[in-house]
Amino acid sequence: MIGTGVLKGMGVTFKTFVETYPWGRALLRLLRIPSPNGVVTVEYPDVKQQHSERFRYFPFLVYDQTPDNLRCVACRICEQECPPACIHIIMEKDAQGRPVKAHGRTLPNIFDIDTSVCMSCRICVDVCPFDAIEMDRQYELAGEGRFEDMVMHKDQLLRSNEYFQQIKPTEAATVDRRLAAKAAKAAASAAKPSEPAAS
Amino acid sequence: MFVNAVAWVRGLFPLPLQPWVEMLLKIGAIAAIAPAIMMYLTWLERKLIARMQNRLGPTRVGVYGLLQPLADGLKMLIKEDIVPTGADRLLHLLAPLLAVVPAILLFVVLPFGRHMIAADLNVGLLYALAISSISSYAIFMGGWASRSKFSVLGAMRSVAQIISYEVPEVLSVVTVIMVAGTLSMVGIVEAQIRHGWFVWTPWGFAGALVFFLSGIAEVNRTPFDMPEAESELVGGFHTEYSGMKFALWYMAEFLESFAICALTVTLFLGGWDAPAIPCWTLAGLLALLLATAKRLPIVAKGLGVMAMGGAVLWWGTQPIPSWIWFLAKTYALVFVLVWLRGTFPRLRIDQLMGLAWKFLLPLALLNILAAGLWWSLRDTPAGWVVSGMVLLAGAALLVLLNKPAPLHPRTYLFADS
Repeated sequence: MIGTGVLKGMGVTFKTFVETYPWGRALLRLLRIPSPNGVVTVEYPDVKQQHSERFRYFPFLVYDQTPDNLRCVACRICEQECPPACIHIIMEKDAQGRPVKAHGRTLPNIFDIDTSVCMSCRICVDVCPFDAIEMDRQYELAGEGRFEDMVMHKDQLLRSNEYFQQIKPTEAATVDRRLAAKAAKAAASAAKPSEPAAS
Repeated sequence: MFVNAVAWVRGLFPLPLQPWVEMLLKIGAIAAIAPAIMMYLTWLERKLIARMQNRLGPTRVGVYGLLQPLADGLKMLIKEDIVPTGADRLLHLLAPLLAVVPAILLFVVLPFGRHMIAADLNVGLLYALAISSISSYAIFMGGWASRSKFSVLGAMRSVAQIISYEVPEVLSVVTVIMVAGTLSMVGIVEAQIRHGWFVWTPWGFAGALVFFLSGIAEVNRTPFDMPEAESELVGGFHTEYSGMKFALWYMAEFLESFAICALTVTLFLGGWDAPAIPCWTLAGLLALLLATAKRLPIVAKGLGVMAMGGAVLWWGTQPIPSWIWFLAKTYALVFVLVWLRGTFPRLRIDQLMGLAWKFLLPLALLNILAAGLWWSLRDTPAGWVVSGMVLLAGAALLVLLNKPAPLHPRTYLFADS
């Protein structure tokens, strides 16, 4: 029969229209019509969307215990792997140009990431051999300045390991386990310095 | 209410001035109401279409976004007015004005309620049809003056579309004129009060459908919005307009869609007449239904019957003034307009023309025959049967004739296997 498709389509839109109101859903429940849809709008500044644990937006630098105990050694692997090249690292050096060490490792003097360039790809996290950089869930990074406020400096990027454990428990547990295994292995090889490395 | 107010204000002035005062009052009322209607039509459309798409629509400006039209208006006012290089500046300025003026003039002959019509012309319907077709000049003028390919294409489409759809629109109105025997809007509504609403007759139903569909096409609304198809022509004839001129185009479009709804209500849906089945009958039926319902608990039953009985008494006094009936019907049609927009994709240009010339035009012609048969057999049920049969058979035949020819299975000469 001609025209039934038209009426059917109009029925679908009308049902959607009714479904978005509480009274409409009550009416449909009374008529025993399933109403799976509803308003999908999230009124953003008032209400925030719930993200999964793996939601990521922007990298941060992890430190243990105190902010000067950075895991980062300024090896610049992430800087070179970053596809849009938004990371800029300069190692901390003394007057003679020799690397400065703190807690037994080198550290970055400058560590900048440009928010306006970063594309949230997480490659820096994947390539970091020290698990020093991780992805944050914070996405409200707007600033007043067009260029200067868009660049996050080292002190703005620092977050504690506890913060990491808090926002991403699963991932942080994996990282902690890996680091603990590495430390145990290092301790074992330090205890027997005469034996040559197996691998 | 409004009629009494006008009469009171008129009485304040000396006798020779009175006709002028009345005229000024009516002009003032239309000039104030028309933009207000347009502003809240935009709000209503955005809200309704949003709900149909699982969204909320404007919510931030005022409660439920009620101040959104004002904010939009302010934005339009302070926007830069850009005229393209090489455009005809005078025509570019005149075109939106020429579009708005007929749209507002249409309000002169709309009977908003009993005695609530600015001018009850004895050629009111003719006036409405004539005035509403001016907008195609405005659209073509605007498209031409913009010196832009998109604008000219949109304007050309608009002219083709409006010429095509004007024919079935006017022919579908002929039936109303035949039966009512008058061109005056008030006369048509009074004829419907005598004979029952025209939409409940076979020819009236078909006529209302043809008139409303052609009307939608005439005011370039989705799904017939070829002249301003965003995905094809940027903005069509108003591509090169910005600021207040653009707002004027929108105003013209919304006022015309409102006027089309109001005209359909006047011509087919009984105008300001209260529904043919009085509301107190419905309430009484509901009360009866509740009283005889077996499943309901006795408390709910008692309360429901009492409420409905109260409703019977209340409706019996006819508390709702005629202009509310008129506006309620018109806004119901506006809802249908938005509903159509929310449901259907845009037609292709050949489908658009095909619908007008191959389906609506023959149907409107048949409709005249059906109305004639109905009128000549008006005192017997035979009239209903005969005119209904003519229309059904005609529509079925048209559908059959318009069936697209089956495509031959394709053979690929040089393809393997």
